[in-house]
Amino acid sequence: MLTPVTTIHYLALSAALLLIGTLGVLMRRNIVVILMSIELILNAVNINLVAFSRHFDNMYGQIFAMFVIAVAVAEAAIGLGILIALFRNKTTVLADEIDLLKW
Amino acid sequence: MDPILFFIFAAVAVICAISLIVQKHPIKSALSLIGVMGSLAILYLLLGAEFIAAAQLIVYAGAIMVLFVFVIMLLNAGEEKSPARPSWFAKLLGIPLMIALLGILSYVIQRAAPEGSLAFGEYTGGAREVGRALFTTYLLPFEITSVLILIAILGAVVLAKKEL
Repeated sequence: MLTPVTTIHYLALSAALLLIGTLGVLMRRNIVVILMSIELILNAVNINLVAFSRHFDNMYGQIFAMFVIAVAVAEAAIGLGILIALFRNKTTVLADEIDLLKW
Repeated sequence: MDPILFFIFAAVAVICAISLIVQKHPIKSALSLIGVMGSLAILYLLLGAEFIAAAQLIVYAGAIMVLFVFVIMLLNAGEEKSPARPSWFAKLLGIPLMIALLGILSYVIQRAAPEGSLAFGEYTGGAREVGRALFTTYLLPFEITSVLILIAILGAVVLAKKEL
């Protein structure tokens, strides 16, 4: 039989998703994919919160996860709004072609 | 039953996450992200967090992903032609630092991980308790969150206006 699932399994999954999300933010050029990777990172945080909420038998972690979801929604809406405004002016969605502030 | 479900859906989540950053086309990345969100919702159910699981499916897999797909279609973003070219400095410093980060993370998780297993179904933290705490103890943060979302709506409308 398999080993029982402990909190450490959830922590490991969360760390893996966090690393993959960070890689996506750093490696990809498309801003839409960068925003999706940020959502992945926020989800990794949520797993930690819910797993510890379960571990300490205290549901306040779940409530914090709710607030994280709300902030993630706001962030996605604003980020995509900025992206549309940017695309209207520069006609590109690639992060390394937007170098107006670079010297 | 519980460990099998956990390992299946954890593997699905990690594979879909890798697929998210590897896929060339943004639509395929978006579909992979939906896979991650769905399997994470199952994992939340395994943890007994029913309300978070439902919110995950409705808010993430529903609302946010529709927003992403809509923007991808609107911008007509095609495949990335060439991958990003990392500089020699990034290669020299990035790979050892990545390995160091992996090592530190696994060490910290090994050290700090609490004991005890999580059996399914012995937890009392369903929608009722979450809702009660949200509307009594955490009423002020809840209301502030509504203001935050209102500001986000206004910001999105202003940003998407014709002249900026």
